[in-house]
Amino acid sequence: MTDIAKWIDNEVKSNDVVLFMKGTPDMPMCGFSGKATQILNHMGVPFKGINVLDSDEIRQGIKDYTNWPTVPQLYVKGEFVGGSDIMMEMFQSGELKQLLAEKAIA
Amino acid sequence: MAMAAAEIERFIKEALPDARVEIRDLAGDGNHYAATVMSAAFKGMSRVQQHQMVYASLKGRMGGELHALALTTSVLEN
Repeated sequence: MTDIAKWIDNEVKSNDVVLFMKGTPDMPMCGFSGKATQILNHMGVPFKGINVLDSDEIRQGIKDYTNWPTVPQLYVKGEFVGGSDIMMEMFQSGELKQLLAEKAIA
Repeated sequence: MAMAAAEIERFIKEALPDARVEIRDLAGDGNHYAATVMSAAFKGMSRVQQHQMVYASLKGRMGGELHALALTTSVLEN
């Protein structure tokens, strides 16, 4: 594993809910990241936002880590849940709430 | 760089020949699309795996020359 992959691995495993995003939870810099933030805020889920625009290494590293070409990316207890489309689908169907309940978050 | 809707559909169908693909150009700028993809190949896969298959069919263009593709996938039942 590369250094950046190790760093990402540690972040997603040591925080219950992590959102890799463009911008910050207070100021998302992209519509998709904004949508993802809104869903989590609406559900009252505490999460750690990691701004991929802070570093090209993280921006590329997170795409390689999951084999997923876009940001945002949501991780719950170390497991990749999906991007904003999947988050929205799971939010609307109630699956996201169920997943968080199963993982004993919110 | 932009990509035409027909081109996106062609790449997806190359990888998933049975797929039913619908593509909408969201902003009319050839850069923000929404796609619905139905294929029997998705059976038994998680949503993440289904989306990964569609992204793989675009051979690295997603996140590059194709900025935004909102994706909805589902299993095509025969």
